[in-house]
Amino acid sequence: MIRRIRTLIVKEFLELRQTPRLLGLILVAPIIQLTMLGYAATTDVHHVPILIVDGDRSDRSRELIQRFSASPHFTVVAEADNPRAADRALASGQAWLAVVIPRGLQAALSGRGRPQDAEVQILADGTDANSSGVALAYASGLVNRFNAELAARQGVELAAIDGRVRVWFNPELESRNFMVPGVIALLLLVITANLSSMAIVRERELGTLEQLNVTPLGRFELILGKLLPYALVGFIDVLLVMAVAVFWFEVPMRGSIGLLLGGSMVYLLCTLGLGLFVSTISATQQQAMMTATFFFLVPMVYLSGFIFPIENMPRIIQWLTALIPLRYFLVIVRGIFLKGVGLDVLWPQFAALGAWGITVIALAAARSRKRV
Amino acid sequence: MRRVWAVAVKETRQIRRDRRSVLILLFLPAFFLFLYGYALNFDIRHVALGVQDRDGSPESRELIASFVRSTYFDIVANVRSEAELAALMDRGEVRAVLVIPEGFAVEVRRGDVAGVQVVLNGDNANTATTVLGYTNAVLSHASVTLGRPPQVRIIGVEPRIWYNPELRSTLFLVPGLIAYISMITAVVSTALSIVREKENGTMEQVRMAAISMPAFILGKTLPYLVLSQASALLVVVASMWLFDLPMNGSWLDLSLVLAVFLVGALGSGLLVSTMADTQQVAFQAAMLLAFLPTFILSGFIFPIASMPIGLQYVTAVVPARYFLTALRGVVLKGLDLGDVAPQVAALAIYAFAVLALSALRLSRRPA
Repeated sequence: MIRRIRTLIVKEFLELRQTPRLLGLILVAPIIQLTMLGYAATTDVHHVPILIVDGDRSDRSRELIQRFSASPHFTVVAEADNPRAADRALASGQAWLAVVIPRGLQAALSGRGRPQDAEVQILADGTDANSSGVALAYASGLVNRFNAELAARQGVELAAIDGRVRVWFNPELESRNFMVPGVIALLLLVITANLSSMAIVRERELGTLEQLNVTPLGRFELILGKLLPYALVGFIDVLLVMAVAVFWFEVPMRGSIGLLLGGSMVYLLCTLGLGLFVSTISATQQQAMMTATFFFLVPMVYLSGFIFPIENMPRIIQWLTALIPLRYFLVIVRGIFLKGVGLDVLWPQFAALGAWGITVIALAAARSRKRV
Repeated sequence: MRRVWAVAVKETRQIRRDRRSVLILLFLPAFFLFLYGYALNFDIRHVALGVQDRDGSPESRELIASFVRSTYFDIVANVRSEAELAALMDRGEVRAVLVIPEGFAVEVRRGDVAGVQVVLNGDNANTATTVLGYTNAVLSHASVTLGRPPQVRIIGVEPRIWYNPELRSTLFLVPGLIAYISMITAVVSTALSIVREKENGTMEQVRMAAISMPAFILGKTLPYLVLSQASALLVVVASMWLFDLPMNGSWLDLSLVLAVFLVGALGSGLLVSTMADTQQVAFQAAMLLAFLPTFILSGFIFPIASMPIGLQYVTAVVPARYFLTALRGVVLKGLDLGDVAPQVAALAIYAFAVLALSALRLSRRPA
């Protein structure tokens, strides 16, 4: 039995070698994707372009403007006298935020002018709701700190409650630390499920499946021999991507590498099994690719919590996400990388993945029954 | 022209015969939109909050109540010890924990600054930043109600949000989905349709037939252009109906922007097909060249301004970037064609470049 499987594995690798472009994609694509995602997939908001309309032109207003230009969150792209300039800048996208300082700010602050002149208006372009929300929070935080400082100069303590915030797991709030471990899970799914979805359908298209059927190869031997080469490829990808994550992106690795590798094995069971299942329900390679990508991979990527938090989704869709193996593996990868937790916390995820993998492989085997 | 038409008719027949592909081209966009439009958002509500009240005073209960009243937080756990706090955070059952120390009420009544501690799960930096903002807002509000009102005049902030006053992330993401979905259908369908001819060996027949390469390509892509334009407009209409996406600009401008973008997308598919010999390679290459940049580098989800400068230059060759700016401009901001002219020009240049490049590759290399 071992000999028969080994022969099949050798055959699969020979075929892989004959498609050098595919091999290149398997090894190069993960690195390109990881670099792109690692650098670009940031929801951090830096250098928000802002426009400042200074209607006061006083020491106080200049001090406030100076705070904005000194902040790493903002880049002052223009200053204007006329609030109308804000309309144009927001419409054209030149600025995301416009800070309008009213005439009489300094007077109002010293208690001489009208109190309503102490209201600074912040206009925000709401089209990018996420970034604008964060930028608005930064801006009002900045004004609050400036207020506290102004009050302190007069010997007054502004806040009655002082909240000291301790951020765990990712103290600098770098979204990269969250995204990069997720990419490992994502890439494994995309690469191994795609490859294995081709595995049987290609033989069917080429007509070589009949030949395989007349060999003494059993059903499980066929599946095992087909999957092992891709499991190996997937495992190499895991190591490759993990090395880049830790050494290049310097994502903290707080947990056990062994546990992560173990988790990857269980996860590979799911992704390869999924591909195989798609393979058994498709007649052509094109169908297999489209089915795998559009009906399984893309929904899984979006609904797994890779980018969009599951807790923000409607309740029904939250239940739906329970069927997605990527969801569990994301918790495992991020838990091990960032939180350093072990099996005592992650066992439900391991169990879910294992059950999913066994189910899908059993389904695929039942459907294939060698007639495939 | 008659020949172009003949190829188009043949291609349409072929599309019709492949039921699953038609299904994917026509209904998948709608399905995607429906699912993702509801599922994808960054609007954070119901933050799971744990509370450790070591003071147990009316003041501390009032502070906790102000978190609940803000409607942003749901209290899910009463934390009794540090160990329990750590366990809740590890398992991800709470996003934040409010720790009110003993003596909180005494300090508040004395008029001193009373300290509280907030432990925040930072693993998802985006969510954490938003939660941090909520927390600060609740605390400064409670500062005023629990403590004394400030004795000095301070600068007030009056935010005004344009184009999307409730800051619904759906309005921002749906245009991105439209771009993403159109790109997928356009690139994949063209790339595969031409590589399929190569794989089946029918490309030789085409070369021998009395039809020039440009005419053949035009005929091949025409049905897909019509199909993608129809499906993209359908998606736009559906998003207005389902997600209250406003239409502040003109439909004509929108269709025009869409058409220029789609020609570029079909061109990308063509280019991929000239580089790939098998459908498998074509598909993988299409994923790498078209989807990933559209997903990551277009400003669909991740703001381009936050990327490293080097990558910002790379985004200049991603057509979806211009399409998104134009689409959001027309739909949300009500801009007209003149305002988005730079974006449309960039899209046209991209379309011309990929079409020229693939024509070059096709004519240079007789199969």
